[in-house]
Amino acid sequence: MTRAWDSARRSRAARLERARGVAPGRWVEPGAVTALLEAILEPGDRVCLEGNNQKQADFLAAALGRVDPARVHDLHLVQSVLALPEHLALFERGIARRVDFSFSGPQAVRVAQLVAAGRLEIGAIHTYLELYARYFVDLTPRVALVSAMAADAEGNLYTGPNTEDTPVVVEATAFRDGLVIAQVNERVERLPRVDIPAGWVDFLTVAPTPSVVEPLFTRDPALISEVQVLMAMMVVKGIYSEYGVDRLNHGIGFDSAAIELILPTFGESIGLRGRACGHWALNPHPTLIPAIEAGLVRSVHCFGSELGMEAYVAARPDVFFTGRDGSLRSNRAFAQVAGQYACDLFIGSTLQVDVAGNSSTATASRIAGFGGAPNMGADARGRRHESPAWLRAGREASPRPEAMPRGRKLVVQLLETYREHMEPAFVERLDAWDLAERMGMANPPVMIHGDDVSHVVTEEGIANLLLCRTPEEREQAIRGVAGYTPVGRARDRRAVEGLRDRGIIRRPVDLGLDVRQATRELLAARTVKDLVRWSGGLYDPPRRFRSW
Amino acid sequence: MERLEFEVECGSGAAAAAAAPVVVGVVASGNLEVLVEQGAPAGRCRFSVDTSVRGFGETWRAVVEDFAARQRPSGLVFSLNDAGATPAVVSLRLDQAVEEFRGARR
Repeated sequence: MTRAWDSARRSRAARLERARGVAPGRWVEPGAVTALLEAILEPGDRVCLEGNNQKQADFLAAALGRVDPARVHDLHLVQSVLALPEHLALFERGIARRVDFSFSGPQAVRVAQLVAAGRLEIGAIHTYLELYARYFVDLTPRVALVSAMAADAEGNLYTGPNTEDTPVVVEATAFRDGLVIAQVNERVERLPRVDIPAGWVDFLTVAPTPSVVEPLFTRDPALISEVQVLMAMMVVKGIYSEYGVDRLNHGIGFDSAAIELILPTFGESIGLRGRACGHWALNPHPTLIPAIEAGLVRSVHCFGSELGMEAYVAARPDVFFTGRDGSLRSNRAFAQVAGQYACDLFIGSTLQVDVAGNSSTATASRIAGFGGAPNMGADARGRRHESPAWLRAGREASPRPEAMPRGRKLVVQLLETYREHMEPAFVERLDAWDLAERMGMANPPVMIHGDDVSHVVTEEGIANLLLCRTPEEREQAIRGVAGYTPVGRARDRRAVEGLRDRGIIRRPVDLGLDVRQATRELLAARTVKDLVRWSGGLYDPPRRFRSW
Repeated sequence: MERLEFEVECGSGAAAAAAAPVVVGVVASGNLEVLVEQGAPAGRCRFSVDTSVRGFGETWRAVVEDFAARQRPSGLVFSLNDAGATPAVVSLRLDQAVEEFRGARR
């Protein structure tokens, strides 16, 4: 008896044969998509229902939600983001049973409830790169349901500025005899550019309404506080300038938006131009516009896009990666790699930090996942190329002069000691431990591990953990910037003063900062309208950010 | 509302010379207003806090004691009108207020 070497290929042919009754050609009427899915899907199939951080295959998600669970059930979803109520409805109806994913921010509470009710099994919660990696190892989708802006008659796809995950999802599926179904906003004669070739796509449908994209990366400068300005000054002077950080990634939030907005004012005044903040792995944050216009930023590679930034990006091709059509080409997989391996610094906020520097956004009632922060917020131990910032961080972390020299990434946690409603951001024990216990996980879901963190920055000062030589020193360094939280008040005051003498803890005054400068006047843009002005009218903010 | 009063020792510095009172900040949610003026004996400073949030007396004491140790605002009286500011905001405002007061005097 000879072994068959093409079982996946034959399964694909059988599925296509079943589909012929419903869809004679590659173009499928929207009303026939549910019947198409019933024809090609088999119980237990691995399915990627393209859920990006931004763009969503929302029509295909709704169509999948209408299949007969007697025919299609126990699917295994493998997708980066669980963002839509439709994603969770699949588990409520038994259409899907298991999921491997990265991030579930908007649905974090429902995910936890469905796990507790036994209707949703989590294979694992990944970082983005980890999940993409497994697409090519043991989690290859059998069927991928993806989203694009437009297609031509042949079936070539144009993903436009929000390309995001589509290339990596389609690559894995199409080259392992899977099936790819695309929803598009429109069918056109001629595409502005081809992002996915027609040969990799099996079926297409024009969605009745355009796919949803949320403006996730817009922060209104009007909501930035003076404490955030103060912390931004500390970061720019005490870290960006001192280490000469020229390649970096910012997490999203008002804390990092404040940094972006003081680069053309404070940053310029301390001489950052040309030696820091030149190259970025970043979504097109509107708050980066002033630093781009001021000439500090030289390049930006994007994970996804941002609503309203299309015309601005298209007019700045020297800075952004753009197609021959002029519009942004984003790619989450490549931007994650860039953030991990080619950036000297990651800075981000978090919900909780413990006294070892571990940080987490998990609370006992939410399963939010990781997204990309752990990839960028970790020392890339395979990195070999040198840069001044990387070398200096490595020297500071080296315990002995005779040890093998090795560089290090700067990983900065930036947070106010109290969040809103006087919730302390510093804790003796992360809530992640409770979540791990309740969900039966072997490891608490830690966003950034303490041993990867180089600096913790709060309104009280900067703690340089690279220079700490013992766990006790690290603990006191963290307590020493934890303000008036119970963790901060439990500090050993003499030990903290000793750390300050050694430059491990630095207060604003130690950095030579004048706190009177820490006002909103330092922000290059104080309103969304200011951002529009900086962009020469090219930035077109979504309605919700317009107050005029 | 809660009213808190603190008087703190802050070294043996001489009382600041007479200067016009200084106000920084605004009474808006999560923010506060600080008025600085002469009026405490040399070597001491006083704080009177009107806050919209009850039950944080111990934290207030810690914040103003650290401020007094940091800035030694001998002879000064601070009136704070608080609308739920975090300790971070309070510390920043106090630092800004005393710097303003000294700057205005110079």
